[in-house]
Amino acid sequence: MFPELTMLLFVIVPLALGFGVGRLRERRHFASLDRREREFADITVTNLKTGAAPERVRSAALVSGEVVIATDYFKTLAAALRKLIGGEMRSYETLMNRARREALLRMLSEARDIGASEVWNVRLESSNVLSATSNNQAASVEVFAFGTAIVR
Amino acid sequence: MIVVNTETIPGYTIREVKGLVQGNTIRAKHFGRDIAAGLKNLVGGELSGYTELLTEARREAVERMLTQAEQLGANAIVNIRFTTSAVTQGAAELYAYGTAVIVDQEPSGVS
Repeated sequence: MFPELTMLLFVIVPLALGFGVGRLRERRHFASLDRREREFADITVTNLKTGAAPERVRSAALVSGEVVIATDYFKTLAAALRKLIGGEMRSYETLMNRARREALLRMLSEARDIGASEVWNVRLESSNVLSATSNNQAASVEVFAFGTAIVR
Repeated sequence: MIVVNTETIPGYTIREVKGLVQGNTIRAKHFGRDIAAGLKNLVGGELSGYTELLTEARREAVERMLTQAEQLGANAIVNIRFTTSAVTQGAAELYAYGTAVIVDQEPSGVS
């Protein structure tokens, strides 16, 4: 009936929303990540199985953090175009960065709750069960961070 | 029950290895959450409904693993690993496994 209107509704609006709101939200998230990482800077994080002075540990417990995060419509389209010519996919790199840092921070906040000063043997796992099994093609990623919180 | 993903627990010695314990759960996505996630896909950001679902499922898997360890008479689980797999459309499997052990606190453990 109104092909221009349909086009506007289903392509231009999502693109504009993705570009504008998506970018704003991403910038806010990065700012929040920076702030919280400074807050947790006093907790030593290592992927060593055993950190320093294991004989002087009072208690140890599993801590974990998890996040599922999606990219915006604009970046999904930009990535689809990038696939045609190959090369570095910047838009998805920031997605992975956000997810990993967020998951680590959630793990750290669990560690802080039990009074830990270190987290040993940190592992990061990512999967994309939800995007692999869903009908919509927008990229999303699940990141799970876990480690052993050490209370001295 | 002490639960860690390191091979040993600092301040404790492993007296007896009871064997592998595991727990899994398969969760289907919720339709309502899918709609919210569809909207999020426009502007990006955390899909908190899915985060919640996965966290809840992972806790369930760990719970089942703990139950197994208790049945074996263990007092700790070491070297825990997690995996996630896509079983069928719209469902995710969360799997947790580790080694159930009996540990003793070292006399010099706490200074």
